[in-house]
Amino acid sequence: MNVMPGYVREEGMSEQSTSLLSVTDKKRLLREMLYARRFEERCYEAYVERKIGGFLHLYSGQEACAHGVLEAARPGFDYVITGYRDHIHAIKCGADPREVMAELYGKETGSSRGRGGSMHIFDVKHRFMGGYALVGGPFPLAAGIAKGIKMKGGEEISICFLGDAANNQGTFHESLNMAKIWNLPVLYVCENNLYGIGTRIDRSTAVLEQYKRAAAYDIPAGQADGQDVEAVYAAAVQAVEHVRSGNGPYFLELKTYRYRGHSMSDSNAYRSKDEEREWLKRDPIQILRNRLIDANALTLDEFKAMDREILDQIENDVVKFAEESPEPAVEDLEKYVLAENDPYVHGGRQ
Amino acid sequence: MAQMMYWEAIRRAHDEELAHDPLVIAMGEDIGVAGGTYKATQGLYEKYGPERIIDTPISENGYTGIGIGASFVGVKPIIEIMSVNFAWLATDQIVNTAAKVRYMSGGQLTAPIVIRSPGGTAHQLGAQHSARMEKVFMGIAGLRVVTPSNPRQAYGLLKSAVRCEDPVFINEHELMYNLKGEVPDEEYFHPLEGSEVARPGRDVTLLGYNISVHWCLQAAEILAREHGIEAEVLDLYALSPLDRAGIRASVARTHKAVVVEEAEAPVGVGAEVMAVLNEECFFDLDAPPRRVSAANVPIPYNHALEKAAIPNARDVVAAVLGLFPGRNN
Repeated sequence: MNVMPGYVREEGMSEQSTSLLSVTDKKRLLREMLYARRFEERCYEAYVERKIGGFLHLYSGQEACAHGVLEAARPGFDYVITGYRDHIHAIKCGADPREVMAELYGKETGSSRGRGGSMHIFDVKHRFMGGYALVGGPFPLAAGIAKGIKMKGGEEISICFLGDAANNQGTFHESLNMAKIWNLPVLYVCENNLYGIGTRIDRSTAVLEQYKRAAAYDIPAGQADGQDVEAVYAAAVQAVEHVRSGNGPYFLELKTYRYRGHSMSDSNAYRSKDEEREWLKRDPIQILRNRLIDANALTLDEFKAMDREILDQIENDVVKFAEESPEPAVEDLEKYVLAENDPYVHGGRQ
Repeated sequence: MAQMMYWEAIRRAHDEELAHDPLVIAMGEDIGVAGGTYKATQGLYEKYGPERIIDTPISENGYTGIGIGASFVGVKPIIEIMSVNFAWLATDQIVNTAAKVRYMSGGQLTAPIVIRSPGGTAHQLGAQHSARMEKVFMGIAGLRVVTPSNPRQAYGLLKSAVRCEDPVFINEHELMYNLKGEVPDEEYFHPLEGSEVARPGRDVTLLGYNISVHWCLQAAEILAREHGIEAEVLDLYALSPLDRAGIRASVARTHKAVVVEEAEAPVGVGAEVMAVLNEECFFDLDAPPRRVSAANVPIPYNHALEKAAIPNARDVVAAVLGLFPGRNN
């Protein structure tokens, strides 16, 4: 199988639109994606320095997916849930990057008070409903959130981001089936990065085009180039509109590539350097940057200044906050296991 | 106090909680149009409609996860899993999500779901419809496990479980749905923690839960009538957290203990209670505590073999008499 970028198929893909986003929006998105890249690369360094423990799954290369989709939705209002590659989805929903970094450092000031770690970022006040480490686990949770939205009559939608390999779990099939029969307002976004840990999609999956699998549940689906944030945005506008209008679930596949290994313990030995080089040529940040430069909306110097400013902010604000924050108190080890002082534990009002 | 059956008590709790809060829903296989395999939701589909009394496809892990997700945004689902054997399929969502989400989110999110399911050996249902799972769930931090032995508990435990912020697994029993008992006429919330003395006694503590409480009570009658032994029966309706103080208090009175469980012994409820007895009651005990458990086999189909696999009141009596040398005449 050819897994070079050319593998991204044209037939059936959403029309790329260059007119939907304003120049201001595009410049902001460029900054956000660059921030995401620098944030993740700084996590890499902190991991190597052993400041971050456990498993660390980085998003570098896939930035256009979360940013393009959530740009079309209402972050902080719509509910978002994802797997373990979750830092950037949380930040795009409104999570404070300092709290996300502090979580990776295991600090009390972290998003999950240091109890979750990289794979379990939560920011419920921004309706980021968490990162989950069991592949495919969020499929039914997203449908359940959608059920709750529907019962309460809200305008929110539920958005679930997962990778292609999650579609081989039973939860994919069970959840899509129920989301359809109950007409739930849930958008399933498949970030197809071609690998399930170290196994390439054609060695694990009978149907390579993931959007086709939604047809098994009569769920409308689309596919877009996940390296082009404008294409993602254009496809997501249609997807979000479909779901928010009460038409039930939608499935959106985005063709993308992760630059780092599945996690930090992965050396990428299962894929060729040629393949990686080819995909690097379709870097989502470079694509948008070059487009803005070509349109005379940005200069290379401005881009470099933006990069320096981001690097400075991450170092002197985000990392500094994480480094200087306190550890959780060991006395609080058993806090958050069960609700505290729940009256019904003792029989409630009698 | 009205007499009602175990299934009627569960149905009443559903009905009251559905009426109390529009965000309470029930979901499971055949619970709506069909009225529920054990009638626990009979008539509720007609009363509350398909959005709240939800017939699910046969997708245990999926619909349990949907219930959990709904609970994240304020819905209070009562999930029926038709047989606890099928709950194995839902352990991913129950254990990995419901039990852990409060902790791993640093207290931001909780999964206030109720999962009800009948476990236990009924009548020749074979190995894949006769299992017990309470010992699995009671070992999971972040999950409450309760198991009613009578209609009053079945009613009151479900009421409290629906209102409680924690995920609660309610272990019912296929043979107990037609059991009759008194249930208060007024609304009643049973504590989710603690234990109850089902029969007071001074000579030995019989520790049971769910169906084994009844074996203990039968055994206590036999012991009193035939052997002059007054057994105290302690009903451990809460398996997690376990009522260690209640166990200590009873054994401090009787100085002898027999734990009775329907499940196989290894890594079980009995094993956990034995650990409490050993760690916290050692100097109160006059004799080594005993366990009465099922044979360590997949439950057989053949009626005689099935009966032989599961303990009964006579097995409890024999275990108690072993603690009273010279009185087993």
